[in-house]
Amino acid sequence: MPILEVRQLTKIFGPDPKKGLPLLEQGWSKDRILKEAKLTVGVNRASFTIEQGEIFVIMGLSGSGKSTLVRMLNRLIEPTGGEVLFRGTDVTRMTPAELRNFRRKNIGMVFQKFALFPHRTVVQNVEYGLEVQGVDRATRRSMALESLKLVGLENWADSYPAQLSGGMQQRVGLARGLANNPDILLMDEAFSALDPLIRKDMQDELLQLQEGMKKTIVFITHDLDEALRIGDRIALMKDGEIVQIGTPEEILMQPANPYVERFVEDVDLSKVLTAAHVMRKPETITIERGARVALRMMQERGVSSLYVVDKSQRLLGAIAAEDASRAVQEGLALEDIMQTDLAKVPPDTLLNDLFEKMAEARLPVAVTDGDGRLKGIVIKGSVLAALAGQSAAKVGEAG
Amino acid sequence: MNIPKIPLGTWIESLERWLEANLGAVFDLIKTVIGESVGLLETVLTSVPSFAIIVVIAALSWLVGRWKLALFAFAGLWLIDNLGYWDHSMQTLALVITAALLSIVFGVPLGILCARSSVVRGVVMPVLDFMQTMPAFVYLLPAVSFFSLGVVPGVIASVIFAIPPTIRLTSLGIRQVPEDLVEAADAFGSTSTQKLFKLQLPLALPTIMAGINQTIMLSLSMVVIASMIGAQGVGADVYRAVTQAKIGVGFEAGIAIVIMAILLDRLTQNIVRNNKKSG
Repeated sequence: MPILEVRQLTKIFGPDPKKGLPLLEQGWSKDRILKEAKLTVGVNRASFTIEQGEIFVIMGLSGSGKSTLVRMLNRLIEPTGGEVLFRGTDVTRMTPAELRNFRRKNIGMVFQKFALFPHRTVVQNVEYGLEVQGVDRATRRSMALESLKLVGLENWADSYPAQLSGGMQQRVGLARGLANNPDILLMDEAFSALDPLIRKDMQDELLQLQEGMKKTIVFITHDLDEALRIGDRIALMKDGEIVQIGTPEEILMQPANPYVERFVEDVDLSKVLTAAHVMRKPETITIERGARVALRMMQERGVSSLYVVDKSQRLLGAIAAEDASRAVQEGLALEDIMQTDLAKVPPDTLLNDLFEKMAEARLPVAVTDGDGRLKGIVIKGSVLAALAGQSAAKVGEAG
Repeated sequence: MNIPKIPLGTWIESLERWLEANLGAVFDLIKTVIGESVGLLETVLTSVPSFAIIVVIAALSWLVGRWKLALFAFAGLWLIDNLGYWDHSMQTLALVITAALLSIVFGVPLGILCARSSVVRGVVMPVLDFMQTMPAFVYLLPAVSFFSLGVVPGVIASVIFAIPPTIRLTSLGIRQVPEDLVEAADAFGSTSTQKLFKLQLPLALPTIMAGINQTIMLSLSMVVIASMIGAQGVGADVYRAVTQAKIGVGFEAGIAIVIMAILLDRLTQNIVRNNKKSG
């Protein structure tokens, strides 16, 4: 069961918002409803599911309804229609007491402008969520300090928020959101108010934290780069509607409509595409074979080098054509002529980080998984083709 | 066409008679409670030697403010004592403190209600305008008929005149708490009581204190009027001096009121400032 399932979630603002629901059903546009029914559609029948442990990014420009949408998930804004199912329980039907309990135990939130309480110290801010639950002083203090340690601010526990920089304040916000160990963390433009460099640090830190926590995170942003960087899946919103949901690659390579296409056309592909996208199938030879076989394979396949692997496809090294012919003449084994100082990268390496390795290496960079198994090689030509970018889709097919 | 005069005055009078006839016991209770409180405070303030009180207030001024305020407190209170208005000033202080406390006890909760409900606010705010602009003499009369002459109707009249700033500024202070902080408190599952005591009241405190400061000043400004219906104190000295055209006495008693006003104002203001600093 998905942890969160959103069905036809709708928010209409106006004096009698329910009146707008049938109009949406009849296919009236947002503009027509505004003009003829004097109602403002904030979110138009959004549906999606979020799986346990993923970072789900809701991305859209200002006014696209993303902040309204995320606030309906914990009912800071009451939905006009639709359902929010948390592990099968409809949040929209909860009583005030049930809702309070849901907010206390299951769902945390981090805010764009931090929203730290200025009259409370850092640690008092972090323990707020536990305090309202009635957790005793000693327990909540130690849990709050634990949470502060996660974001590296345990030494600032007794400072006031105003004494901290923006980046540090948002770390406190993050620590506060995590302190009561919620199942879901809502992050509403959490990094948007920060300087670009600090923002990138925070993104890295979030991803690093996420490795250990495996929280379910709903992350709102208007920044496509941010969405692509941290999102496991992205929902793109426009005018209150979700126009596409997919992995970052899907959004980039198969834009659902011209709007998404225009949106993604300026993306710096080298910061999105990874080695896995551009790698090719390598010509390999197992280590037991002789130099003569290797030489013939190279001639048949028209390549100047071969990658040497063991039986379970673990990369051992590579041999160049001239070394192979020398081995045949001198009767050497593959082991003796094999180059072992190969450039190796994991599949999720960004192209941006590949360039340096490619410039240094004589042979194509090898892509290996965590067990050292050879998954592919990256040659300069396919990287350039990918970055030419005019057809990201073609790169996808090539990979 | 001849529209007869609306008998508004007659209605008010019959309402007053009805209240007197049916709620007499309630008025008696209020009268006893307020009368006893003022009396107790008065006894305490007048039975302690004046020098002790002067030192205590000067020390308090030094604690919340600067040495200048302490110096002023010392010199000002000594002057009041020297001029021979000490006991009357303490009577006045007892009346003002009682009126201020009542204003806080009723004003702050009412202000909170106003902040939370626009319906309550819609009802209360016009009433406050009414209370502040209606000439004080007008409600002095019913106050006398409910509570008879003396300090009690004086306190009641002072509260009516002085409570609006506390209500208004409490409501304002709470409504001024930034929306995103309220949202954060909600998002972590606060009850509305938790939100009030852990977030809204602490952040509204400087504004509420400014309202209380205004309330104290206003109730002090009522002491001369209160003396017309039998409240004792320096207000009565001023009133007597005016009716007997004794310029010197009037001035001396007036100075005593001014000194108390400045002291009360600076003391409460400095408490606000200290609160802001730590917040």
